[in-house]
Amino acid sequence: MKGLKTKNSLVGLLFVSPWIIGFAIFTAFPLLYSLFLSFQKVKITTSGIQTEFIRFENFQYAFVVDAIYTERLTKYLEEMIISVPIIIVFSLIIALLLNQRIKFRGMFRTIFFLPVIIASGPVMKELIDQGITTIPTIEKYAIYQALTESPDGFLNGILLYLIKNLIMILWFSGVQILIFIAALQKMDKQIYEAAKIDGASNWESFWKVTLPSLFPMIIVNTIYTIVMYSMFSLNPIIEHIQTNMFKVDTGFGYASALSWIYFLIIALALALSVGAMTLKGKKNYN
Amino acid sequence: MQNSKTQQLDKYYLKSKRFFLGMQGTDGLLFKVLVYGLLVGIGFVYLFPVIYMGIFSFKSLDDLLNPMINWIPTQFYLDNYTKANHVLNFFSTLMETLYVTVLPAIAQTAVAAVIGYGLARFEFRGKKVLFVLVLATFIIPPQVTMIPRYIFFNELNILGSLKAFMLPAAFGQGLNSAIFILIFYQFFRMVPKALEEAAQIDGAGHFRIFFTIALPMAVPAIIISFLFSFVWYWNETYLAAIYFGDALTTLPLQLQKFVATYEKMFPAEMGLEGNQLNEGIKMAGTILSILPLLIVYFITQRWFVEGVDRSGITGE
Repeated sequence: MKGLKTKNSLVGLLFVSPWIIGFAIFTAFPLLYSLFLSFQKVKITTSGIQTEFIRFENFQYAFVVDAIYTERLTKYLEEMIISVPIIIVFSLIIALLLNQRIKFRGMFRTIFFLPVIIASGPVMKELIDQGITTIPTIEKYAIYQALTESPDGFLNGILLYLIKNLIMILWFSGVQILIFIAALQKMDKQIYEAAKIDGASNWESFWKVTLPSLFPMIIVNTIYTIVMYSMFSLNPIIEHIQTNMFKVDTGFGYASALSWIYFLIIALALALSVGAMTLKGKKNYN
Repeated sequence: MQNSKTQQLDKYYLKSKRFFLGMQGTDGLLFKVLVYGLLVGIGFVYLFPVIYMGIFSFKSLDDLLNPMINWIPTQFYLDNYTKANHVLNFFSTLMETLYVTVLPAIAQTAVAAVIGYGLARFEFRGKKVLFVLVLATFIIPPQVTMIPRYIFFNELNILGSLKAFMLPAAFGQGLNSAIFILIFYQFFRMVPKALEEAAQIDGAGHFRIFFTIALPMAVPAIIISFLFSFVWYWNETYLAAIYFGDALTTLPLQLQKFVATYEKMFPAEMGLEGNQLNEGIKMAGTILSILPLLIVYFITQRWFVEGVDRSGITGE
């Protein structure tokens, strides 16, 4: 019996072995190698790649000299902090609407998932260039005019970004809507009936029943949103990494340092948001 | 008499209240109107860029300049499309795009099926760690591994060829591979083991069971993974531009260079008014570049929508 067990586990390992090999070659090793490169000055010569250890100079350069990078990083963080909650709340609202007993549900679902299919970087860029990533005719409203007249200041800048790119932000929510719908449909109808018998209104049962049971999905969606938002090909940071990669005076070493800084910031953002949400969730719902 | 009249009124009041507000607050007319109103309104705003693109791609220069014409072009104008088709070199680029998206998508799906099966059906030491690592690869931005991979591919001399996409995909390290492994893992965990156990008693080996019993059952998961993988590879321009250079191109990459290519093809000094690049032509180009995806989506949208269910992240 024991022999069968070891045999089974060997077969299992055989099945996952492609991933283990691939992970070692294409992910783990490159991760370490780019960490190594980030402390080096990399020169490409005819005989191959030459590296020279320069300690933390690349990182120093990124934060002290390279004003574009730090500026883009702060802008990215600001935009993410306001975009992610909007995406989550929006997809939750749409999911709740689509979860009602309505006609044409399939059609609406098809519409709200469409952007996931077509929103590649170049397409989005065309749309932004045309100025059609916002609510139609928004420029006629007073609030927009007031904002464009005084574009300075933290809040104004953010609001302006929000208004100008509203549709683009909402277009990130296709998958999240479907995740919420799937979770809503798996919920037990009896809980609602029980809540109703106890005298809860729809409003109350949304806050006390629906939201707490959706809580894990909110975390999943937050992770998904942050990751997708950070890796979108129009993101100015990854563009900056690419340009530095092929620049003579900065090169692979500096680009590696930039990518590692970016990676750590994404990881930190994920850890902070998920951590804060679980803490709050524990306090509220347990 | 008075009494029965108020009773009557009461009845009408209750009836109309039930009609408008419903019995439970979610089935009244007002509520329905609100839900449909919101869905149609938000849906319109959501689709606005697509509608705009469609309309502008049919506008001639006169229509574009005429401020009176907003939604309906005066004529069915196809010149924009012929020009955009020319600039994108549509059919040969489409073939090339299919080549660099379908093959990696197939490889990625096949490998994800094997790995997902291994994780779902077998117990071995370190499986939990492995599983966490699989999920962790999802949050690693491609930029971190991109430079070492670039150097590595350069040494293997496969930059500018499809292998730069195929190799990582074939080892489960392609675009969002973690999601596809998760889909197959959940799928194989949900299907009952009985059939496989029966085959095992009959003396079938593990690999034969996988190919003849497990895989045929997993057709839905295979379709879903392939479609998502296909779309994600199609829309990937950042890595494609770096790994392929000028050797291979895709429709989105051609769209990125649209203005430059157009100016090369129709030089401005020819002096012809109609030869200037205008937004109608640009929109036609954008539409052409997403048209194949739209067709695939409208045929297969059921699978996309179900795919999220199948991934099982909502918990079973």
